[in-house]
Amino acid sequence: MRPQPPPSLTEDIVLLLIPCPYCGPRAEIEFRYGGEAHLERPKPDCNEQTWAAYLHSRHNARGRHAERWRHAHGCGQFFNAVRDTLTDQIEVTYEAGQPSPLREPAS
Amino acid sequence: MHYSALSLFRNALRGHKAWPRQWRAAEPKSSYDVIIVGGGGHGLATAYYLASKYGITNVAVVEKGWIGGGNTGRNTTIIRSNYLFEESANLYNHSLKLWGSLSQELNYNIMFSPRGVMLLAHTLHDVYSAKRHVHANRLTGVDNKWLEPEEAKAFCPPLDITQRARYPILGAALQKSGGTARHDAVAWGYARAASALGVDIIENCQVQAVRREGTGRVAGVETSRGPIAATRIAVAAAGSSSLIMDMADVRMPLESHPLQALVSEPVKPCFPCVVMSNTVHAYVSQSDKGELVIGAGADQYPSYSQTGGVQQLSQAVEAICEMFPMFQRMRMLRSWGGIVDMTPDRSPIISITPVGGLFVNCGWGTGGFKATPGAGDLFAHLVATGTPHPIIAPFALDRFEKGKMIDEAAAAAVAH
Repeated sequence: MRPQPPPSLTEDIVLLLIPCPYCGPRAEIEFRYGGEAHLERPKPDCNEQTWAAYLHSRHNARGRHAERWRHAHGCGQFFNAVRDTLTDQIEVTYEAGQPSPLREPAS
Repeated sequence: MHYSALSLFRNALRGHKAWPRQWRAAEPKSSYDVIIVGGGGHGLATAYYLASKYGITNVAVVEKGWIGGGNTGRNTTIIRSNYLFEESANLYNHSLKLWGSLSQELNYNIMFSPRGVMLLAHTLHDVYSAKRHVHANRLTGVDNKWLEPEEAKAFCPPLDITQRARYPILGAALQKSGGTARHDAVAWGYARAASALGVDIIENCQVQAVRREGTGRVAGVETSRGPIAATRIAVAAAGSSSLIMDMADVRMPLESHPLQALVSEPVKPCFPCVVMSNTVHAYVSQSDKGELVIGAGADQYPSYSQTGGVQQLSQAVEAICEMFPMFQRMRMLRSWGGIVDMTPDRSPIISITPVGGLFVNCGWGTGGFKATPGAGDLFAHLVATGTPHPIIAPFALDRFEKGKMIDEAAAAAVAH
């Protein structure tokens, strides 16, 4: 049996190579993980439970996970990624501020 | 069967073919008093203490894989209790006391070896930090001693205390009563002892949903082997704890990260104790089989892949080789990853929850093995009585709302 060709960058990206939306695919060691993406900061008059949940509670999803990364040793930009936490494959990266691909668009 | 020299002799005469199973392979019943989710050391210890100390024997331990196959079988088996804060020191020291007599209590050789755990100081900051730990530990009655470089070398001869060293050793903190134990035996010993008291250990049984009554209280679980009813559910699922809690609509302050370890080829005894270094992030000991057991750092991103980045491994090995040049030519045999559930303050959660009948023991992050007996004992107390023991009261889930963190994040022996 012939050995499988290496996965192409566009279809099967593993975590060791992270596609920065600004610089293209770069090695993971150039990046800093920035935590779960799309956390909405509650208003200052919220109660303690809401504030604690914002600070500390996380989805910790087993599967698709929207998260922030920073290309610390590259362009320095923050961006978001959807990664499968079971396989570490990155499905898509997108600019910070764009809506989460995991969330249904509000009608 | 009671294990003894006599039973060993008798079975030797029969060619070791008549040893009975160590624990029953139980079929799930339709209901139990308590369901423990997670058949690692913590879950099995909880089951054992529920049965032995509190007389609650109608207990099921449900495990999605095989017992001890998660972090219990994947850690570097280090046992110590010299934590900075009083709350943590009390908790881990309670565990350390139980380790000493555990083999006798379980009638199972868990190979507890209090060979000493040494934390190296390479910089002036390390020295201040380690001495602060030593003083804090003295006030809480925890064994921890400051060693000058010569004393450290006398205790651990492979140390290079010359000024030529890449990471000069300015001293060390030594917990002589710390050490290692055989991790698999801890799971097997608790499983055997719990099973003998009537606990059902159900492997290959994945929890898929948590059933609730109309009042919100737990009523049982749906599993891959059918529904099981219970009025009390105790979650001890380490890296998967937040997934189980999510089934009961409790969102946890947890993130699950990969943490890796590796072992070398086995060699003759050459390394007498456990050595940890925070500054270069390395910890190493030699197992009774002769392998060096090396722990690496946690990966920065959460993942359930049970692997991790190769840079974590190479960083740990590079640090070990710099500190102990005699290991430079050694070959590494295996490496693996576990999923560690990290809390924001890097201290565990042993707590009641907003859901009636649901209890949780999680968040042990990178250091849960050492706490196995103590956490099992105190978690059993919580599940049996419904009220937290004074030692675990500070580790409640609501500390994140109250801001009463136990911030071992910056104080652990190695930073993760």
